[in-house]
Amino acid sequence: MPEAARVVLDVRGLVNRFGAQVVHDGLDMQVYAEDVFGIVGGSGAGKSVLLRSILGLEHPESGVVSIGGRDLARLTDAELRSVKADYGVTFQAGALYSSLTVLQNVQFPMIEHLRLPVQALDELAMLKIRLVGLSAETAGKYPAQLSGGMVKRAALARALALDPQLLFLDEPTSGLDPIGAAGFDDLLHELHSQLRLTVVMITHDLDSIFRNCNRVGVLVDRRMEVDTLARIVDHPNPWIQAYFHGERARAREAKYGA
Amino acid sequence: MTDYLAARRSADSLELALKGEWRALRLNEIDAELSALDLAGVRTLEIATQELTLLDLSSAWRLREFIAAAERGGAKVSFRGARPERLEVLEEALARGDARAPGDEHSHESHLEPVTELGHYVVSAARDARSGLAFLGRVAVVMLAAAGSARRLRPTAIARHIYDTGVTAIPIVALIAFLISVIIAFLSAQQLQRFGAEIFVVDLVTIGVLRELGVLLTAVIVAGRSGSAFAAEIGAMCLNEEVDALYASGADPYELLVVPRILGLMIALPLLTVIADAIGLAGGALLCRFLLDIPLTQYLQRVSESIGAWTFWVGVLKAPIFAMLIALAGTYRGLQVSGSSRELGRLTTVAVVQSIFIIILADALFAVLFMEINI
Repeated sequence: MPEAARVVLDVRGLVNRFGAQVVHDGLDMQVYAEDVFGIVGGSGAGKSVLLRSILGLEHPESGVVSIGGRDLARLTDAELRSVKADYGVTFQAGALYSSLTVLQNVQFPMIEHLRLPVQALDELAMLKIRLVGLSAETAGKYPAQLSGGMVKRAALARALALDPQLLFLDEPTSGLDPIGAAGFDDLLHELHSQLRLTVVMITHDLDSIFRNCNRVGVLVDRRMEVDTLARIVDHPNPWIQAYFHGERARAREAKYGA
Repeated sequence: MTDYLAARRSADSLELALKGEWRALRLNEIDAELSALDLAGVRTLEIATQELTLLDLSSAWRLREFIAAAERGGAKVSFRGARPERLEVLEEALARGDARAPGDEHSHESHLEPVTELGHYVVSAARDARSGLAFLGRVAVVMLAAAGSARRLRPTAIARHIYDTGVTAIPIVALIAFLISVIIAFLSAQQLQRFGAEIFVVDLVTIGVLRELGVLLTAVIVAGRSGSAFAAEIGAMCLNEEVDALYASGADPYELLVVPRILGLMIALPLLTVIADAIGLAGGALLCRFLLDIPLTQYLQRVSESIGAWTFWVGVLKAPIFAMLIALAGTYRGLQVSGSSRELGRLTTVAVVQSIFIIILADALFAVLFMEINI
């Protein structure tokens, strides 16, 4: 990646507070184009609140969130709508619309933002569904009929519906068996290299981090330590040391030589 | 003049320079520009990509369609500059198996549709009847088993449901009872005044409210308030796998969720009916006093003359039966919820509509029954 890479997502001085509890206190993070940026942190460290602040679902007490150089707080509704069409999001539990089939779920953002004939909608949606490795048979099913892995893939297909350049994934491999999780990691790797996506993902999965992420932000002490994957594992902070070099991490170290 | 391409047409060749950002969000405009090109008689199609800064997957798909159309027309397609790599990615994705969108296989059955629809309807109605019977039996068994011990009857849960369905419903039930008795009194006063028989307004209000309207309207309100709440509460618990968690922990959802609701409502509805009766009579008294100049003492005397031994009890005895029907419909539909939030909404609606229907049907049967036994 070139040195002066474009900043796609810029968070500066973010403060979030619920009553007396301070979740973020002056958090900074930058994500560059074509990064796969992993957000790591203990339970309750504020990973989900951070993502919700970036997506505009939570209003931070102070701080600036800009996507593609545009400060989200200063945009009109119409501009915000166009920014939102430029990124895709998957939620932890999939958040597929339960009354629509997978195909209709994927078509939903297209219908909202575009005016296309039905046949083109079908073909484009099927393209995205096959891109994430789901079969045509799955496309006709309802979310309640899908396995956990299929839900994650269907959610990814919906996030990709409008070909966003930026993708937010909230724990994409949680709840999957190791083989399913590895399959999802491979898919993400392939999509990232083929489509040159910028990916921001919250994850607990060390395998997933070592497989995909080039940069990692760790939430410690209400701020974020950001560095490349190779360097962050040597960060002196005890929590980061425990995270990357704890008992569970050793096996991965042997595997990836990190 | 166009934003996404520049075309140069000669006798049998077309030169196309793509430019700008081809993104899914601009697909409508791109589609319009490509569709406007005339491919008839084109032998060679040259596509220049030097000015194309971005081609995402959806627009690559549209470009591929265009190239395919040109090739079908007999054109030779070549690229000046690099062939966009997204086209390769697209080909790879498309090669991954069956492209057909689901749902096509149903379209050719259309002429048989009424028959299959009827069949589906009959089968699902039969299944519904059977599972309804199974539900009734299960509830009866659990209720009898629980009747033996105070702990299994869940008095705390019953008390909560009496409060939720009964105490909190008092204001609305009282208001409706008042308004209804005023309406009856007013309507009958207009008719009876012509014969100088105003005093019979009291009889009409007393018998109408006590025998029928007090209990019926209260039951309808409770069906709307509590029948829907039962279905929605239990349905959301089903969606959230809480009901499965109960089964898994060895607890019986019928004992914990269904029976306390039924018993709670069977206690609350008769009490609400008594309140509705009292407020209804008070409303009648008020209207008689101010519209017909019947003083309160005369009103009360007339009420006690017109009341038979059973007039009050006929109304109140129906209340627990109605309560049971409402609670059964609500809890039964709630437990049927599975899959999606739309099911939850549908079954909540079904619960309310069916409980109101059953109440009115039961009331009609009661009317015939009471007439037969002369009370």
